[in-house]
Amino acid sequence: MTDKIETGNIPKEKFEFAQREQALHDVKLDTKPIGYFRDAFNRFKRNKGSVVSAVIILLLLLYAIITPIFSPYSATFKDGFYSTVLPKISAKANGFWDGTKRERLGEIKYDYYSAVGQETGLNPLKKEYGTVLSDDGLSTLYDVKLDTYYKVGCQFLDLKPEEYAALMKYQNDNNVQVIYPMTEESKRPTAYRSDANYWYRTTGSRGKADKDENGNFVDIYMRDGSDGGVTDLDKYDSLRIDGDDGTLQYAFKNQTGYRVRVCYYRYFEYVNGFEPCFVFGTTGNGQDLFGALARGARFSFILAISVSLINMIIGAIFGAIEGYYGGALDLVMERFVEILSGVPFIILATLFQFHLSNKVGVVPSLLFAFVLTGWIGTAATVRTQFYRFKHQEYVLAARTLGAKDARLMFRHIFPNSLGTIITSSVLVIPGVIGTESMLSYLNIVNLEGSGTTSVGALLSAGQGLMSTDPHVLLFPAVFLALLMICFNLFGNGLRDAFNPSLRGSGE
Amino acid sequence: MEMFKYVVKRILLMLLTFFIIMTLCFILVKMLPLTNLPQDPALRDIILARRELMGYNKPILVQYGIFLQRVILHWDWGIGETMYSGREVVDIFAEKLPPTILINTYSLLFSVPIGIALGIFAALKKNKWQDHVVSTGVMILVSVPSFVYAFLVQYVLSFELNLFPFQINSGTAWLSPSMFFSMIPAILSLSFGVIAGLTRFTRAELTEVLTGEYMLLARAKGLTKGQATVRHALRNAMVPILPMIIGQFISILGGSLVIEQIFGIPGVGPLYIQAINVRDYNFFMMLSAFYTFIGLAATILVDISYGFIDPRIRMGSRK
Repeated sequence: MTDKIETGNIPKEKFEFAQREQALHDVKLDTKPIGYFRDAFNRFKRNKGSVVSAVIILLLLLYAIITPIFSPYSATFKDGFYSTVLPKISAKANGFWDGTKRERLGEIKYDYYSAVGQETGLNPLKKEYGTVLSDDGLSTLYDVKLDTYYKVGCQFLDLKPEEYAALMKYQNDNNVQVIYPMTEESKRPTAYRSDANYWYRTTGSRGKADKDENGNFVDIYMRDGSDGGVTDLDKYDSLRIDGDDGTLQYAFKNQTGYRVRVCYYRYFEYVNGFEPCFVFGTTGNGQDLFGALARGARFSFILAISVSLINMIIGAIFGAIEGYYGGALDLVMERFVEILSGVPFIILATLFQFHLSNKVGVVPSLLFAFVLTGWIGTAATVRTQFYRFKHQEYVLAARTLGAKDARLMFRHIFPNSLGTIITSSVLVIPGVIGTESMLSYLNIVNLEGSGTTSVGALLSAGQGLMSTDPHVLLFPAVFLALLMICFNLFGNGLRDAFNPSLRGSGE
Repeated sequence: MEMFKYVVKRILLMLLTFFIIMTLCFILVKMLPLTNLPQDPALRDIILARRELMGYNKPILVQYGIFLQRVILHWDWGIGETMYSGREVVDIFAEKLPPTILINTYSLLFSVPIGIALGIFAALKKNKWQDHVVSTGVMILVSVPSFVYAFLVQYVLSFELNLFPFQINSGTAWLSPSMFFSMIPAILSLSFGVIAGLTRFTRAELTEVLTGEYMLLARAKGLTKGQATVRHALRNAMVPILPMIIGQFISILGGSLVIEQIFGIPGVGPLYIQAINVRDYNFFMMLSAFYTFIGLAATILVDISYGFIDPRIRMGSRK
């Protein structure tokens, strides 16, 4: 402002009444009022870490809900031949997350996998990095990238006659070779008599490849009249492998039907309608880890959220009564709480499993154990809030106007503690998930018969495979760690948002 | 005198709580069906004689009376029925206690100085990048369950780097150097949580103390920042930290079920788990009593030590 107005002597006529006709006192504010939750939400939004973790929690929740519904593998899916295969993001993946691992193979194993590749056309040796001499200088070692799906190669299967016929029909319709010629058992290496992948001539019990002068494998396929016990030759009426002059035998009759030798990758495709591809790999007993983890997570979420809700309700009512009435009731209830909180949770959980798991099932008894002591924290919070607010003037005013106890408690005082209750209920969730994983890891809670799995059970199964197949342990562990970190960040963000004066304080 | 009365009152209350919990636990255990007797006839006779002595076909409350009498007068907690065939529960327990105590003591000796030092460091560098790094680390360590980073420790140190054995050495030479060496992964896994908790606590306490007015006064009197921090701030910040450490020392007796299980430590934790899996109720009772006692003792020790360290804290005002 360049020209200052002389405030001292402004002529009277320059003044005007601004709002002479309007009544301002009962007019609503022009700006939108910001409610309690809106205010908290605004503060929460500013906390980037909490927002990010809220998003991650949401994604993990979606994963847990959606995957079991849309997973191609059912909850009971188990494939013994594909146990501990490595993660593969899609059937066509190449180079990264493609179910391969780098390995150093001896000559016997190298030939074995080359032979698998040569016969089935699905070469387990995805890439060869070259060779090194072994430490003693006597043998050559091959550094290769080994495909854990293809390396299963061929397997023997017993099929019923109708299954056998259907498989042949599938071969003819799709022009895919699934059944490969049977091999002569007597010519397989003695140490690996039941291994279906020895279709080539070997020497020694360990199965060293015995190649011809050109360095090619020599097959040991069953031919007409070459080995005893072969019948029903004419039953096979389908694709034959290259170089078959019609004498190779593709099946072996036994009591129940036919014993055949199938390329397992193709057979899997035939049975399930899609190529084998496990996003997180499989567990030690051939379960799809991606689906199993999602089921475990879903179980954890449902358990934790129910515990949290039940605790919130019980804790709120208990804490409200305790805090509102105080006095002798408060003392008695405090003693009760003290005794209850003195019981170590692990003993409580064990006793509940002992007593109830046969009657109401493992999961409900776990839920009861969590609920029995879980509400104490919430009750204490609510009690403190009630002590703080019950003597304030507005409560007195409401009472004077005739509000009953219940109305005073739940309409007037209780909303004050809503923020703290929501925060503590959210922070209960990671606690429950962690404890539940621990209990099922320790096998104190055994979910095996209850049709679901748990992250803890997966961890315990993965622990034994740590040195050979770390991925079985890695995915559940990372999932659990991520979930816990995010929930704690999210909970802290909520606490700061609802109660800004507590910002940054430890617990 | 007031302090003495307070302590006695707390201890009596604790014993009452302990007694009630044990009674409930006993009744609940006795309501379960008895475990099957072993095949071995000699063992079977011993167990039956023992059960007769404990009055197993009398009403539960009479049994409880006998049980209390045996425990208090003879320190007799019964014998192993489905595990450690026929041996005294107390003897087995005494065998399992040393590794648990030892490993937890090591872990505490390792983590307390580190935790406090990190906490002080973070508090002094409050809101600088060092503080953010420490706080983020603490956040992660506090959130992630201890058995998850036990797996990580086991995988990285024992498998990838091949520095330590997967599990601790067998045998009972607890104090030998090779045993200590094989315990390191377990000690590390146990320590992370304690370090994180202590760092967070120390940081919170110290930052609060550092903003106190007497700190300004100390600086105004001419003390350097270092002098003021060490002589005034640290001492006051230690008031709540020390009871926490004392509480930790009691809790180490309880040990960690999961860590002991993962690293194959033949301690109290695996004994408890085994007792649950084979349903040996005598072991279960003894260990339940043990864990309950440890938990209660830790709580009142923390409360009492608060009173001793800082007389300003009103007696009985802390719950």
